[in-house]
Amino acid sequence: MQALTTRVKPVDRRPLTFVERLYIPSILKGMMITFKHIFKKKATVNYPEEKRPFSPVFRGLHILNRDEEGRERCTACGLCAVACPAEAITMEAAERKPGEENLYREEKYAARYEINMLRCIFCGFCEEACPKDAIYLTETFAPAHYERKGFIYGKPDLLIPDPKEKQTV
Amino acid sequence: MADEKKLFKVKIDNISVEVEPGTTILNAARQIGGDIVPPAMCYYSKLQGSGGKCRTCLVKVTKGSEADPRPMPKLVASCRTTVMDGMEVANITSPEVQDARKGVVEFLLLNHPLDCPVCDQAGECDLQNLGYEHGADGTRYEFKRRTFDQIDIGDNIKLHMTRCILCYRCVFTADQLTNRREHGILGRGEHAEISTYIHKALDNDFIGNVIDVCPVGALTDRTFRFKNRVWFLKPVDAHRNCDKCCGKTVLWMRGDEIFRVTARKDKYGEVEEFICDTCRFDTKEASAWTIEGPRKIDRHSVISQGHYVGTVKPKEILTDVLDGRQPRLLMDIHSVSEVNRPEIDLSKIDGPAHSDDFRK
Repeated sequence: MQALTTRVKPVDRRPLTFVERLYIPSILKGMMITFKHIFKKKATVNYPEEKRPFSPVFRGLHILNRDEEGRERCTACGLCAVACPAEAITMEAAERKPGEENLYREEKYAARYEINMLRCIFCGFCEEACPKDAIYLTETFAPAHYERKGFIYGKPDLLIPDPKEKQTV
Repeated sequence: MADEKKLFKVKIDNISVEVEPGTTILNAARQIGGDIVPPAMCYYSKLQGSGGKCRTCLVKVTKGSEADPRPMPKLVASCRTTVMDGMEVANITSPEVQDARKGVVEFLLLNHPLDCPVCDQAGECDLQNLGYEHGADGTRYEFKRRTFDQIDIGDNIKLHMTRCILCYRCVFTADQLTNRREHGILGRGEHAEISTYIHKALDNDFIGNVIDVCPVGALTDRTFRFKNRVWFLKPVDAHRNCDKCCGKTVLWMRGDEIFRVTARKDKYGEVEEFICDTCRFDTKEASAWTIEGPRKIDRHSVISQGHYVGTVKPKEILTDVLDGRQPRLLMDIHSVSEVNRPEIDLSKIDGPAHSDDFRK
């Protein structure tokens, strides 16, 4: 029969010799490899105590940014949602009323902004599309849940804390 | 025999076409169609006297006519220059024209704010397309840009004078479509602005058409303001029996909600037929319209994203498998999601939504 590959090795089917039947040299050879690994560098880390550094291009959970005065940067332009290949982002826009200038940077803002973390593939296209530097992907994971409920992140989950409020606390 | 009109032979970008005498170069190019049509920001074929203001349609006439083959000394505005027999015109084949157009776009954008993320016209804006195709990457302008406050003209129209490029289309529309002209250009040069006399409200049955003719986001629909982005809506052709206008419109829908009604626009961004304000602003119930089918949108437009043609929806077999029982839903999306709340109907709110609309 013709072999399917060129890398076929014929199996040696000769009966074992006396030395081979003792098995001890083979066991010693195997244990040598095992004990050699004790002195090698460990491939694992003790996870919760020790964490691996993220790569500089890591893309994790999203945040919605504020400007220096603590106003929301997002204007609900919809470019992140249109760039999103997983269609994870939805938003509803509203007009800023007089007196709300300290809350929102532009006359239009996202009244509702939601990211479905179950749909999100963390590609970072939303971050690239954003013309207002409003959305960023951070170096955190989305925490695990037992239910689907906790995975729809609204504005309270995404917005970073107000820098001015932080000073007073 | 003597009555037969002599047709002029014109060559635009080495493509020959025969047109009637008196046709402008722009219209001759539109008869050929395709990439060689010069862009136009102010010319509007349905409005008399429009054109000649924005200079984006500049072309080079390399041969004046059969009788006088000298080239024209300067670039000419193709929307205002009529053809001559044997004329040869260069548009996309002339680097000079492309360079001039880039300069014109830069001038148009001098005072234009970069607020496309906020502007409702984004996605269907002529200036956006023009800047994308012909404009420079950045601005060289270092001085203060002119700014104006936003004005409500009437209940349904919002005027952002800052975004205006002074194309005069809306002035012609108001002049020619309505029996009483109530707005125009005040001031001159740098200070020119579209305005009504002492902010007089424009109330006329056809005044809403100024929104459609506006090439930028200077005149926008207040009933649609900030409601949704145009590329998330689905344009469908629809008509209704209207005693004032033709009633043929495009509905911009999301599900069963009608967010906005506009006239049907052709590939040059010009409306096919003007529609009245009752159709545009006041008829937002889906039951009032007869829907003809989805509107054809150029596939390079952002509006056509996510609109797949010829998709086959797989048959839902779950109820058959379950012997006719409906599947039990374990989670109501409204219990976790704050968007699209059933009690907040954005398309029914009169103007733009505010914070108290969402606080309900």
